[in-house]
Amino acid sequence: MASTTFPRTEVPEGLPFFRTREFGSIVHRVVTYTLLVVLSLVFLFPFFWMITSALKPEQQIFLWPPQWIPDPVMWSNFREAFSNPLLPFHIFFRNTMILEIGIISGRLISCTLVAYGFARLDAPGKEILFGILLATLMLPSVVTQIPRFILFTEIGWVNSYRPLIVPAWFGEAYAIFLMRQFFLTIPRELEEAARIDGANTFRTIASIIVPLSLPVLTVIGILSFKDIWNEFFNPLLYLNDLTLYPLAVGLAYFNGQFDVQMSELMAASVVVLLPVVIVFFIAQKAFVEGISLTGLAGR
Amino acid sequence: MATTVSPAAIAGSQRGKSTLARREATLFWVCVAPWVLGLILWTIGPMLYSLYLSFTDWNILTAPTWVGLRNYIRIFTQDPDFFQSLKVTAVYSVFSVPLRLGTALFLAILLNEATRGVGIFRTAFYIPAIVSSVAAAVLWTWILNPRFGPVNGFLGLLGIEGPGWFSDPQYALWGLVIMSAWGVGGEMLIFLAGLKGIPNHLFEAAEIDGADRLNRFLHITIPMLSPTIFFNLVMSIIGALQTFDAAYVISTARAGTIGGPVKSTLFYMLNVYDIAFAKQRMGYAASLAWILFLIILVITLLVVRSSTVWVFSEAERERRR
Repeated sequence: MASTTFPRTEVPEGLPFFRTREFGSIVHRVVTYTLLVVLSLVFLFPFFWMITSALKPEQQIFLWPPQWIPDPVMWSNFREAFSNPLLPFHIFFRNTMILEIGIISGRLISCTLVAYGFARLDAPGKEILFGILLATLMLPSVVTQIPRFILFTEIGWVNSYRPLIVPAWFGEAYAIFLMRQFFLTIPRELEEAARIDGANTFRTIASIIVPLSLPVLTVIGILSFKDIWNEFFNPLLYLNDLTLYPLAVGLAYFNGQFDVQMSELMAASVVVLLPVVIVFFIAQKAFVEGISLTGLAGR
Repeated sequence: MATTVSPAAIAGSQRGKSTLARREATLFWVCVAPWVLGLILWTIGPMLYSLYLSFTDWNILTAPTWVGLRNYIRIFTQDPDFFQSLKVTAVYSVFSVPLRLGTALFLAILLNEATRGVGIFRTAFYIPAIVSSVAAAVLWTWILNPRFGPVNGFLGLLGIEGPGWFSDPQYALWGLVIMSAWGVGGEMLIFLAGLKGIPNHLFEAAEIDGADRLNRFLHITIPMLSPTIFFNLVMSIIGALQTFDAAYVISTARAGTIGGPVKSTLFYMLNVYDIAFAKQRMGYAASLAWILFLIILVITLLVVRSSTVWVFSEAERERRR
């Protein structure tokens, strides 16, 4: 039998159309797209519901069948939500940005250094250390939370941002792993040229490695931005004053009040998640690449 | 005698090499120092300390007193909250992990089959995953509102009386399970990357051999994707067992009790949080934390061990040849 002929690709004459391959692929495409459209509407529906609820007059919120399009559109719900003394939005926003800047800068600087060590320098015990690094990727945080809390209480750091920011300056396993993988693809010759010119290791990292690694640094920066924005457990644990809360904790606090209007609550939720969504649309490629790379850690 | 090299010169160059190696090693430790220090300060140190604490009774105010195994004995013999939290977490994980992975895989396959508009659909499925868990919890409390929420409204159209969801102890956990399937965008993207990595020639060869879509899926897609499935499975289990945010926000808002109504959403982490940080029984909470840690460790190891049976690895196949 000659393997160069493909008998299946020849459509037999006289076969009814609904049994041909073309028909099969049309059905396949119709089914695929129908499912895609229906499911994406299902996934987006909660957002639609949130936005319309945020824009409805309070009495239209409780109508059934629902008032799909708010009439009149109450932009004032947003103003009211943020003039509510229980929701000092500008303070929460400022607090979140302090955490973002403190944590992202610490993570990028420390992880670059550590990843460079793992990617370029040799030392006895390096392999074991890298194994430990990979193992910590899966380490559940549950056993470290209580003693960390006690430690930070003892040194008087509770109710400040230090317990949230300082640990970020000691590297983070996942970011180190991603950076190391990236550094390994940078040709060594580029560094040697700099070294001959008399640059030391730290100068080399700053002048050669960092500029070439902007893609991976962006990915880590953007994913960190999202994680810090959404972080709830640690800020909840360490911050006691309303004036120190970041947005996620502030929203949970607002949600816990008895006399909150639903339209105000939805307006607050929209504003809390909007910045991340905007960043996602601007840096979609970095998001998708970063998450896709996550799977590599398991290989 | 230009070709002979004196022994002294050899020794000198070796010494030079070893000094160089030593200098490189020193530099390595300088570079990784932040992480090593962090590992000791924030991970290993705390772990050892919490292990010690788990054998003590401590309310922070007075010095910890050594009680031996008493905390552990009490947990297993006279702590209904422990068993309740274990049950809630187990039921949630058993239903939410397969639901999440199934949904993520199904969406990834659909996206992989599509040719046009992939970006739009991918965005629609992924966006819920970047939403803060607090905002998602607030939103879903409203979506699943028993009287005014659209889900029960829709069920009403079908003639079904919708349940009380987060206010009904029988349904609160199921509300959280359903909600968890909404945020599978990350897993979906990882699956999608895995699907894209399957070489096309495998499908072409199978098609020539007359394999239909289902067979190609079962005998090519699934085995080739099994390392990705494995990764997502391990990470989802670890995540599900440590569920906290949404359950905390939903149960403490309005009802004002952690894990309510009637402890129906008392996840393991909620119970630990309540005992450690609300009741300040640090020793007892540390024992609870160590038990969860061991549970996660054992389950992860079981999944890893089982993976030799069901995860297809290229290297393994090469070796068998």
